[in-house]
Parts: sequence; structure tokens; C-alpha cells
Amino acid sequence: MTAYFLRRLLSLSLSLIAASLVIFLVMEVVPGDPASFMMGLNADPQAVAALRTQLGLDEPLPLRYLGWVAGLLQGDFGISYTYRVPVSELIAERVVISLPLTLYALAISTLIAFPAGILAAARRNSAADLSVMGATQLGVAIPNFWFAMILVLVFAVNLRWFSAGGFPGWDAGFWVAMKALTLPAIALALPQASILARVMRSSLIDTLDEDFMRTARAKGLSRGQALRRHALRNALIPVLTIIGLQFSFLLAGGIIIENVFYLPGLGRLAFQAITQRDLIVVRSVVILLVFAVIVVTFLVDLAYALADPRLRRRRS
Amino acid sequence: MTKNSIAATAVSLLALGLALGVTPAMAAKMDVSIGMQLEPPNLDPTGAAAAAIDEVVYANVFEGLTRFGSDGSILPALAESWDISDDGLTYTFKLRTGVKFHDGSDFDAEDVKFSLDRARADDSTNAQKALFADIASVDVIDPATVKVTLSKPNGSFLFNMAWGDAVIVAPETAAGNAAKPVGTGPFSFTEWVKGDRVELGRYDGYWGNPVKLDKVTFKFISDPTAAFAAMMAGDLDAYPAFPAPENLVQFEADPRFEVIIGSSEGETILAMNNKKAPLDNIKVRQAITHAIDRQAIIDGALFGYGTPIGTHFAPHNPAYVDLTAQSAYDPEQSKALLAEAGVSDLTLSLKLPPPSYARRGGEIIAAQLREVGINVDITNVEWAQWLDDVFKAKNFDLTIVSHTEPMDIGIYARDDYYFQYGDPEFKAIMADLDKATDPAKRTELMQAAQKKIADDYVNAYLFQLPRTGVTNAKLKGIWPNSPTQANDMTGVYWED
Repeated sequence: MTAYFLRRLLSLSLSLIAASLVIFLVMEVVPGDPASFMMGLNADPQAVAALRTQLGLDEPLPLRYLGWVAGLLQGDFGISYTYRVPVSELIAERVVISLPLTLYALAISTLIAFPAGILAAARRNSAADLSVMGATQLGVAIPNFWFAMILVLVFAVNLRWFSAGGFPGWDAGFWVAMKALTLPAIALALPQASILARVMRSSLIDTLDEDFMRTARAKGLSRGQALRRHALRNALIPVLTIIGLQFSFLLAGGIIIENVFYLPGLGRLAFQAITQRDLIVVRSVVILLVFAVIVVTFLVDLAYALADPRLRRRRS
Repeated sequence: MTKNSIAATAVSLLALGLALGVTPAMAAKMDVSIGMQLEPPNLDPTGAAAAAIDEVVYANVFEGLTRFGSDGSILPALAESWDISDDGLTYTFKLRTGVKFHDGSDFDAEDVKFSLDRARADDSTNAQKALFADIASVDVIDPATVKVTLSKPNGSFLFNMAWGDAVIVAPETAAGNAAKPVGTGPFSFTEWVKGDRVELGRYDGYWGNPVKLDKVTFKFISDPTAAFAAMMAGDLDAYPAFPAPENLVQFEADPRFEVIIGSSEGETILAMNNKKAPLDNIKVRQAITHAIDRQAIIDGALFGYGTPIGTHFAPHNPAYVDLTAQSAYDPEQSKALLAEAGVSDLTLSLKLPPPSYARRGGEIIAAQLREVGINVDITNVEWAQWLDDVFKAKNFDLTIVSHTEPMDIGIYARDDYYFQYGDPEFKAIMADLDKATDPAKRTELMQAAQKKIADDYVNAYLFQLPRTGVTNAKLKGIWPNSPTQANDMTGVYWED
């Protein structure tokens, strides 16, 4: 288990180094000078040059890469070109929105998907199964930004139950903040819930056909008991994989929803930084997301081992 | 069990919905939420060009010696009055007394000297450094008097001092203005939730007329659909530069809202690379201008809002000359001119930055040019790419862009400017204009300049970008026009 853990850690660091190099180089190749972008059409060339020096853009490439990585290792992400504040501060402000939104959406998604998937699998081919399948088909097909706009139209513009978007900040109170995240979380969660429910259903159906399920029924367990005690746990592996993928997707991919609800999250920070050529912010956000995805994948791997003792043994 | 868990989920979701509740209606309003498309990168108007900075802080947080009125006129601000010497070289400003910065420190002549010297210093990062180029020295006479000496007469000096880039800052706080602006305006900075909003609160120590609002919130909503929903849902009280003209009809039909159609300083042009063959031939450039139907572009790209222009000058300026007839839509003449120039089978590149006037307008112009036999290769570019490729490297034939700085006809005198005009005769006119202080003489020169660039068909002049906004019908005092990039909140109030 320790060797396995160390091996994973090594590959984790190698992925990070490779990612940092790729991210840095790609951002260098992208056309656009942050200084002239900030100074606009009428700017004095001398003032632009002064700003370039001030931002450290005149230093050679390898030096800037090493400086960036050295900073990252010490937790110093550098100073944003446009906002002129530490990037870590910017990211911290955004993470407190993106992360809760992701978890909120994931919670809704799981709360809907588990019962729906289990119900559909347990009553295969019944009316309940058909309606779950139909609804999830629709949920997978609907693009989440379109669904988000419908939610805004119904609940914000017509019913006026919610704001059309924005985030008041956690200072405004937990429930106020949660309320602002509710529509975005639902919009994010529904397509994910549909996928998850379908995976849950098919995985469970596969398990229900296994020999050990027949044995369980034969020794006298009811359908429900057999499902709860034996089938669910065995059906969890593919579901966990999907949840892990969904977490990464929601964290990094909330950008469109963040735009629809004008939430100041990580995705919008990256998007804004790209258009303003705030390369230092783009780099840091992307590397952070890469890190998050790698860590989540690692955690999901560990969760497999928890769910399935056989995996634990094989690895040690 | 499965049934129970579904029921439990439904109940908990319902409970959540109830707990979140419904916001009650507000009582007498003293605050206002203003929508903006772009978030300012920082809040220091003296350190970057972004229009969004001035749209938050101009006249609200920061003030200069002079300021723009809503009609573009120059009004006194921190300078109560001024004397100009007969040779036009010395400006003596009498400053207001009893003015305090938001941090409680006093404003006096030293602050003026500091601000102007800082803006024109060698290491200055002021984006409009040219505004201060003619200043030879700034001298403090006494705490309420400043003497500015120019190296040569500059008829637009008072105008220059009204820009957001020329606001007065305090030496102690200047370095921190990017994150926490400290000015002398009627509103002081409260909070900036990055990516979401900037909040300003009323400054009780303000020297002038007290403002009628307690709090102003600028919210940054770039997506046009989201902006529409935010207005409709009542999250915003006004969106002075609304990004989607196609939605204005819906607002017009709704009694809760008022639509404001004003004019901006944005001369929108089809810029041509004057040094690149065959665009170095005036006949080809003239042919292009005659191929363009301005009204079709205004109707198609701007839903009918916008004023056609025939030169690089704002139509609401008293010195404006209407020269649209000189480049009227006439495809036959256009074809004849191309034949005269001996050009056939012409293909030109057209690079389009992101704004919808450029992207939509570009498609229409491409179709119109095809009518006279010019093929157009459209490339859509991001702003940063446009700055590199078009603006700096001059690697383009045609591009569409709106020049939003006020009174910016002077760019035609720059040798290295991206459309590469720099005609000596035009430069002479601008040099004369710089020296002239007599209003009649200035008007005459400004008109000569307008005619010169229209006669030379430097660019195809399309339209003055409209400023289309929407406000709550009860909110009064929002500027209809934008003589400078600003959302001046000092005169805004709620009607009972």
C-alpha cells in the first residue's frame, strides 16, 4: 500500500511538472502583450515600455518560468498584471464560490440520481423505470446553459423568487449566499444527475444479474434486502468514477453557468484573464485546476479501495 | 425504502426552498445598482486605459481641476477659476478650499503639483501621457493657487485636464489607488468583490452639493442575456450602456423601464491600411467608401440606433461638419473608380475585434464590397490579438473599430498610427490647432481637419456609436450621452 501510494505521488508530481511547462509555453505563444492591452489605443509608447519593465515582462523566458515555479512551490502565485493584487488572493476569493457551488451541485445531483437510479433498476421495465429513463434522456440532452436561462426566466424574471444572478458574498449570511447559488447549482446538477442516474441503474442491473444475487435471494433475503446488502455496494465502483469525473468537470467547467448567473467564480476569473492577457492569473488558475483534478482522481482511486476490499489486496 | 427516500428528498428540497424564502420589497430607496459590461482591471484612472475604470470612479470618486459636463462642456471642479496669460503659456488655477480626501487629509496645491508631475514623469504609466506633454513646470504659489507653465500654447489644455487620466490624487495614497481609491469626490470607495461588484458610499465630507444617494453598486454582467434577465428581475436599476440593442424594444414596451438613446464619443470606422498597396491609392480608398451603405449597417448591426458620420468627429460637437454626402453610397461610382485605378480581382483582409458592431457590421460591409467586385477575407480576432496584429504590427488591410476617446482626431497626425496616414498638411493643421486659443479660430481649424481627412478618404467613416441604455423609469439623472467614459452618479436620484 505504501509503495502504491509513493508511486501515485511520483506520477502526480510528474504530471504537475509537465502541465506547468505546457501551460507556461502555450501562454507565451498566444499573441497579445498584457502591457499594451492595459494601456489602450491612445497610449504613449514610452508609458507602455515603462509598464512592461514594471511588470517584469522584459526578463528572459526560462528565468520567468523558473521564477513562477519557485513561487508556486512556496505558495506565492505572483501578482496579477491587471488587478495588481496577489493572484493567491484573487483565487482565494473565487474558490469560496466555485467550490461550494460544485459541492452543492454534486449533492443535488447525487440526491436525485441515487434514488432515481435505484428505483429504475429495482423496478426494471416498470412505468417508474420508463419515466426515469425518459426524464434522464431529456436531462442529458438539454444543454445546462439553456436550462439555466429557463430557470432564470421562470424563477427570477417571472416569479421573482430568486435574483437573476450575482453573489452577495458569505458575509451576507449562509442562507442568503446559498440561495444565490441554488439556481446555478440546479442548472449544473440536472444534466449530471441524469448521467449519474443512468450509470447507477445500469450498474445495478448488471449486479442484480450476478450469481451471488441469486444466492442471496435463495438463502431467503427479500428483493429489497438483497439489493441493499449486496447489490448496492458492488454497483458503486462505476458510480464513484463518474462522481469523481463530475467533480472535476463541475469545478473547471462551471464557466458557462458562471457567465449566465454572473457569478464571480474560478471559471470566469480564467476567462476574463485570458481576454485581458493576464497571463500570470491564467497560468495559476489552470495549474490549480490541474492539481485539483489530479488530487480528485487520486482520492477516487482510494475510494475504490474502500468500496472494494479486493482492490486493496491486489495493490498491496 | 426507495419510495421513502424519494419522498424524503422531495420534502428536504421543498423545505430548502421555503427556508430560502422570498425577498420582501424595499422601502424608500437610497441606493442604486448600475450594470456594466466590463469589470475594471483596477480602480486607478491614472495608471491604465480601461474605460471601465473611469466608468466607476470618474466624478464619483475622483475629481480633476476641471471636469466634463453631461453635454461635453468643460466645467470647473477642484479649480474654482483660472487665469490664462495673454501668450497662452501660463495657467493660474484658483483652487477650492475646504476640500478633503476620503482619508481625511486636506487637498491643496501640493496635491495638484504632485499629480501633474507624477503623470508626466519619465517612468509614468499614465495611458494618456500626451495630455501632459506640453507642461513645462507646475508651481505652488500658495495652498490655494497653482501656476502651470506650458512649453507651447495648447488650446485644449483645460479640456485635457478634465480627463479621468488627469484627476488629482494625494501623494500618501496614490500608490494604493489601484485597489483602494482615495479621491475627493462625493462618493468614497467601500468594497470591491472582484468579478462581481464595486460599492461606493456617500462621502459626508464632500465640498460640493451633497449627493442624493447613500450607496452606489456597480455590478459587472457581461453576458447580454444575463444583463437582460438582471434588469427584468429588478436586480439592476440601470444599465447605461446596454450590450444588446435587440432587447431595447422589449424594455420600451415595459412601463417599468425607460430606454435612453444617447450619443457616445465613439467614431466607428472601417480603418484602411494607407501604406499598403493597393490601399495607398486614394481612388481605391474612395471606391471602398462609396461601396458602403451606412444605413444598412446601422440597421443591421445596431438595430437602427446610430448616426452616420462622414469624418472622424462626433456629430454632437458644435464644430462638426456633415460630410457624409462626400462618401455617399454609390456602387456604380465605386466600380468606376476601381476601373480607373486599374484594380481588378481585389481581395482584402478584414480583421474584426469582438464587439458586435464590428462582427455584425463586418459581415454587412463584406457583402457590400463584394457587390462592387472586392473580395473580403474576414478574420475574427480577440482584443489582445487585434492590438498585436493590427494595431502594432499593422498586418491588415481593413478593420472595424470604434475610437471612443473624446476629441481624438489628433491620431491622424501620428506617423506610426495603425492606419498610417500622417499627412504633413494635416499635421500642420493640428499644430495650428494646438496653438490656437481663440474659439472661432479653433472651430475653423477643427473643421479644416475634418475636411482634410474626408478629402483624403483616409478611412471609411461609418457611424457614431450610440449609447443605448435602460433605466428604471423612476430613476432620474443618468447621463444620456457620454462625453467621456463615465457613469456620473452625482446628480442621480429616485423620483417618489
